[in-house]
Amino acid sequence: MSLVLLLEQVLNGVQLGVMLFLMAAGLTLIFGVMGLINLAHGSLYMVGAFAAAAVSGLTGSFLLGLAAALAAAAAAGALVEMLVIRRLYARDHLDQVLATFALILIFSEGTRWLFGSFPLFLDVPTWLSGPVALPLGIDYPKYRLAVIAVGLAVAGALAWLIGGTRLGVQIRAGEADREMIAALGVDINRLYTLVFALGAALAGLAGALVGAIQSVQVGMGEPVLILAFVVIVIGGIGSIRGAFVGALLVGLTDTLGRVLLPVIMTHIVGPQSAATVGSAVASMAIYILMALVLLVRPSGLFGRT
Amino acid sequence: MRRERIVNAALAVLLLGFPLWAYWAGEPFLITLATRAAILALAGVGLNLALGTGGLVSLGHAAFFGAGGYAMGVLAWHAQMYAPMNIAGFEIAGTKSMPVIWLVAVLTGALLASLIGALSLRSSGVYFIMLTLAFGQMAYYFAISWPAYGGEDGLSIYVRNGFPGLNTLDPIQFFLLAYAVLMAVIWFMARLQVSPFGLALAAARQSPARVQAVGIGVFRLRLVAFVISGAITALAGAMFADLNRFISPTMLNWHTSGELIVIVVLGGVARLYGPVAGAILLVTLEHVLGGFSDFWQIWLGLGLLAVVLFARGGLVGALAGRAVAHD
Repeated sequence: MSLVLLLEQVLNGVQLGVMLFLMAAGLTLIFGVMGLINLAHGSLYMVGAFAAAAVSGLTGSFLLGLAAALAAAAAAGALVEMLVIRRLYARDHLDQVLATFALILIFSEGTRWLFGSFPLFLDVPTWLSGPVALPLGIDYPKYRLAVIAVGLAVAGALAWLIGGTRLGVQIRAGEADREMIAALGVDINRLYTLVFALGAALAGLAGALVGAIQSVQVGMGEPVLILAFVVIVIGGIGSIRGAFVGALLVGLTDTLGRVLLPVIMTHIVGPQSAATVGSAVASMAIYILMALVLLVRPSGLFGRT
Repeated sequence: MRRERIVNAALAVLLLGFPLWAYWAGEPFLITLATRAAILALAGVGLNLALGTGGLVSLGHAAFFGAGGYAMGVLAWHAQMYAPMNIAGFEIAGTKSMPVIWLVAVLTGALLASLIGALSLRSSGVYFIMLTLAFGQMAYYFAISWPAYGGEDGLSIYVRNGFPGLNTLDPIQFFLLAYAVLMAVIWFMARLQVSPFGLALAAARQSPARVQAVGIGVFRLRLVAFVISGAITALAGAMFADLNRFISPTMLNWHTSGELIVIVVLGGVARLYGPVAGAILLVTLEHVLGGFSDFWQIWLGLGLLAVVLFARGGLVGALAGRAVAHD
């Protein structure tokens, strides 16, 4: 395997990682601030992708599609929070799991009803299509590079939002002691809706960006949701920094595992069954990583014990 | 307590009486629906031990359900192809005998549950939910990417496996077999709930620290409960696969875990007959609403939301009152 190919796969892993970060950041914020486990986060990812595909299909503009994805996912998030999620904060985890599972059924079937069962396609805009020449002779798709850049920019913006603004102070205070900040005059209901909508918008953005690489279809959010859970467990629930590190770890492990494990297996089980065993082990690699992290640090890399 | 007994008896009679009526009326499809309900109820009874009595919200029971299904599929496939399995140099023939398949399914489920449980039970709360979900999905992706047994397409078994003395191809006989297994497991659960083990498990849900303080190891207690729970769900998985004569990775998908939780919660968490009520309700809804509209899951979702938000306690709770609740 050549070095160039390997570096391309590293970039692919980073690209998967930053997209997972967009998902995981919202999930971990929502859990950290409101103590809620939200299985329907993948549905918001799907809403973003469908909104982007529909709007950019109508207007022909990719950027309008992205804006629509952000707006639709944030609106769906705020609506769901006010109608359903708000009643679940005081409930136990079983109720939260069940209610958000019900939301998945409603979102998935509702989308199927509106758009049909066939996948939609979201085209990469012409100004982002084609390869770009990187050092060391790597030709890498311009769009994927842009996705990495957007992901990193959003991560930076999020770090600033949490660490450097008044809203961020309220969010962090909400994680530490929600009754105290309510007593200090912060409108806790508004804060919760805002945080939920913010998480939803990040998921919608990820859905739209990935939608241009894969197809836009019902149920597309669920594999990503599971990966985002793995990210959060590895990084530590409630920690944005943990989500970032965990996302990159999972993205790189998954992508490189699929490329390297069949090669490594050739030396262990011989060339005949290497592809089979390699791909089977690669599909489990991130879960093995998760189990290993948990054995060493039960509350995740950056989790509070 | 007495009211719940009456409700339980009514559920047991309903689940037995409906297919008998269908047999008399000559409606074999309805017998198959009842068999489906009985087997899903069995899976729910398994999950209810962990979820209800133990308070362990597992979103990974599809792994055990599917493991049982694959135990049946693999054994029966080797038998129908007349190709013995080769495990570490030993040749093992497949089998079409249900009791043997059930034993293998139970052992497979128990083994898998002890592995997943040992890793997941080190944590609790949301971590536990996410961990069981993740390990369950690991089994799902493994089944998809392992091509020897059909991979994504699954395996078809041409003839239903046999049980000594019964003709399992006859729907009513297969139903009665499934019903007998369900009743035997429910009887076992009733004994387990009042045993020192069951009482300690319920106590550990309410206050782990106190149980630990009187000298009972909470981790071991929960692990044993999780293993029994996984083994029962795997048994149900083997029977479910036999009902459909087909297995595919879909059985392992986390949606199956979600549906099992729905069965337990709709029926009534930690109620002995809760999963029976839940399974009857779900299969009925699936059949009736599915007949009205292709998008019946929207209505299922809305109904589920309403139950969670406004009507807690499930069906058995609504019928039998809240008096029995332990906490």
